[in-house]
Amino acid sequence: METPLESRAGWARWQRAWWYHAMQYGQTWRGSVAGTVLFPIFYLAAMGVGVGHLVAAHTGLVQGQTYLHFIAPSLLVTTAMQLGEGESLWPVLAAVKWVRTYHAAVSTPLEPEDVLVGKLTWVATRSLAGGIVYTVVIGAFGALHSWWALTLPLLSVLTTLAFAGPLVAYATTAESDASFSTLYRFAFVPMFLFSATFFPVASYPGYLRPLVQLVPLYHAVALGRAAAVGSGAPAALAAHLLVLVALTVAGVLVGRRTIRRRLVD
Amino acid sequence: MLTRVLPSFGSRRSWRVFERNFMVYRTQWLMLVSGFFEPLFYLLSIGIGLNRLVGTIDVGGRPISYAAFVAPGMLATSMMNGAVIDSIFNTFFRLRISHAYDAVLSTPLDVTDVALGEVWWALARAAVYSASFLVCMTLLGDTVSAWVILCWPAALVVSLAFSSLGLAATTYIRSWQDFDLVSLVQLPIFLFSATFFPISVYPRWLGALVAASPLYQAATLMRGLGLGQFSWVMIPRLAYLVALGAVGLTIAARRFRRILVP
Amino acid sequence: MSETILEAHGLVKRFGDFEAVRGIDVSIARGESFGFLGPNGAGKTSTMRMISAVSAPTSGSIRIFGLDPTTDGPAVRSRLGVVPQEDNLELELSVRLNLEMFGRYFDLPRRVIRERTRELLAFAQLSERAEDRVDDLSGGMKRRLTIARALINQPELLILDEPTTGLDPQARHLLWDRLYRLKRDGVTLIVTTHYMDEAEQLCDRLVVMDHGRIVAEGAPRALIEQHSSREVVELRFSTDSHEEFLDVLAPFAPRVEALPDRALLYVDDGDATLHDIHASGLTPASALVRRSSLEDVFLRLTGRTLVD
Repeated sequence: METPLESRAGWARWQRAWWYHAMQYGQTWRGSVAGTVLFPIFYLAAMGVGVGHLVAAHTGLVQGQTYLHFIAPSLLVTTAMQLGEGESLWPVLAAVKWVRTYHAAVSTPLEPEDVLVGKLTWVATRSLAGGIVYTVVIGAFGALHSWWALTLPLLSVLTTLAFAGPLVAYATTAESDASFSTLYRFAFVPMFLFSATFFPVASYPGYLRPLVQLVPLYHAVALGRAAAVGSGAPAALAAHLLVLVALTVAGVLVGRRTIRRRLVD
Repeated sequence: MLTRVLPSFGSRRSWRVFERNFMVYRTQWLMLVSGFFEPLFYLLSIGIGLNRLVGTIDVGGRPISYAAFVAPGMLATSMMNGAVIDSIFNTFFRLRISHAYDAVLSTPLDVTDVALGEVWWALARAAVYSASFLVCMTLLGDTVSAWVILCWPAALVVSLAFSSLGLAATTYIRSWQDFDLVSLVQLPIFLFSATFFPISVYPRWLGALVAASPLYQAATLMRGLGLGQFSWVMIPRLAYLVALGAVGLTIAARRFRRILVP
Repeated sequence: MSETILEAHGLVKRFGDFEAVRGIDVSIARGESFGFLGPNGAGKTSTMRMISAVSAPTSGSIRIFGLDPTTDGPAVRSRLGVVPQEDNLELELSVRLNLEMFGRYFDLPRRVIRERTRELLAFAQLSERAEDRVDDLSGGMKRRLTIARALINQPELLILDEPTTGLDPQARHLLWDRLYRLKRDGVTLIVTTHYMDEAEQLCDRLVVMDHGRIVAEGAPRALIEQHSSREVVELRFSTDSHEEFLDVLAPFAPRVEALPDRALLYVDDGDATLHDIHASGLTPASALVRRSSLEDVFLRLTGRTLVD
């Protein structure tokens, strides 16, 4: 029997798909929650305080900040990126191929699009929680200088979605996980290292600098740094924002087609 | 247990497990090749960025570039990470998910052959990765002395220690969720084992804690060898790693037996 | 049929407090097809693992080919073929490599391995799929490959644990056909199953296991004759409990059993009994006369059904 509620697309069904992912996470949360809280502290202590000590002795300030303050926002966005990556490849392939839980989901009133929206909103929720924790930790390390820093959790969400969107779309088309490790090693790790995360873009030779602009993570790093200090050229910030939003939207649009093709066609 | 394990070192049967791994990995050669790029990316990134920000570091009274300081630690780290992926991740899959070992055990091969075969495989992998790492390190100009060649055999010892510990850890893992715990251990070891900054940065009491980390001992050993700064302290460092490896292997062999042939 | 290929006495397997196998004795002759019949949890798989020379008995003795598997494991296993209950193939490897790699475990020369791989691919009807990844095969194909793999060393004794569980009827019959051929070629077979039709089809002789013990032993037909009547009348009434019909039905047969969904009457002439029942005015919703099977033997011996 079709109720009027089911015939309409939307909010009620997305919520159910969100809950569905949340409950799955409920089975496994312990380890990853500890990671969410401890990893930012580890990274800031090692890279910010430890390496920061060496940088202070040699260079002093980096772009007018201590090294700890310089890298704190980029650690936040790289963590957001890693959440987007980790949640979107293996778990999605498992759900559409190995254990086929998404097939089970669409045998209920849920549509494939609902599953996609539920997945992405759930990952966004986790990113928001992680972003808040990270922002508090950064604050405790004294690396926040502006009220704009309160937007950092939102930036975390946007960064996660900019990666999760396209990657979920891709994972729903995959037949095996062979390409995933390759993606990690040849795309994600270099992105993590070369997006002006750990050193200013000025360190690159001039001809390489435009290339760095092509890397999505670079834009998230730039936004994070601007939010932490509360300054930046509005036009440049708008451009950074546009890149991340565009990736998210493109991911959702493509993902709607690929997940439907995988699950029902 | 060791007395039972040691005599069968080099047994032909354990080489069959090596062969098996080789066959499986031949189908995933890209993954094998890509494993070698990760440390290269790290070295490159440090060469471009942090090298300039940090300048030089004194090791044993000798100033060396930051990249040259980090490189031996990265080599040790890559041995540890390789062991985690191969000895923990893949072994867990064969032990608990695909039950590939159960099939092997219905042939003349024995649990000891399986455990040793995995160790041989881990060593071979480490030999190839560490050799290519040392070549890259030299090409990027992060090598200070020709003694760096000694890092190659040292890397095998490091790999053996971590692989054995990894094999032992695998037998306690019940589901994929437990891998969260693995990274919860792995990440702090990676970050705080004087890989990125010297132990002198720590307050004294923390330094003592860091010294217990096998990765710290491995990184420091590699750094000393790479610089040609030999000292008697290297002997206890090496002994520590060998001891950890022996403990790991003993636990692994016993637990493998309990899981596979209850 | 004289030479004994496997002999076990007082075999016990304990896991902590749980006693999976509680002292069993079997003796199997070369060329025989021997079955272990019993429900899940009867101790069949634990017994199989002990006679596959993989798991050591807690107590008791086993001789296989005259050797003690606890001390001569590799020598025993080199002459055995084992088909486990769940396929444990190398999913990442091709069908051919699965066979070839297994041959290497037995230390066979490469030339021999290549030759046998070709024969076994044909035997398992997988020659066309030789280069495909095992992951892409159907359930029946994987099962045939597992059996082919167990034959790479030309075993004298082939041990099959639930060989056809989970297969569709067509795949089952194909598998049975392959097993008949092996039997014809003189391979000794040991089969566990909880399907009575499979046991009747494949086994010359079998034991019925329950709660870790052997409760009966013999040829399938002999067991049926010994423990059951010639024919069985199955009656279904529209009721929630067939127990309440036990008294009404008692006069019609020497033995009556009530199952949740039907009542069973053990008699020599089923048609005559059914006629009497109808004549007495009883009106079952459905009625069926059939020959006794191993299922009935099992019910008689344990008070339970095989498949629940």
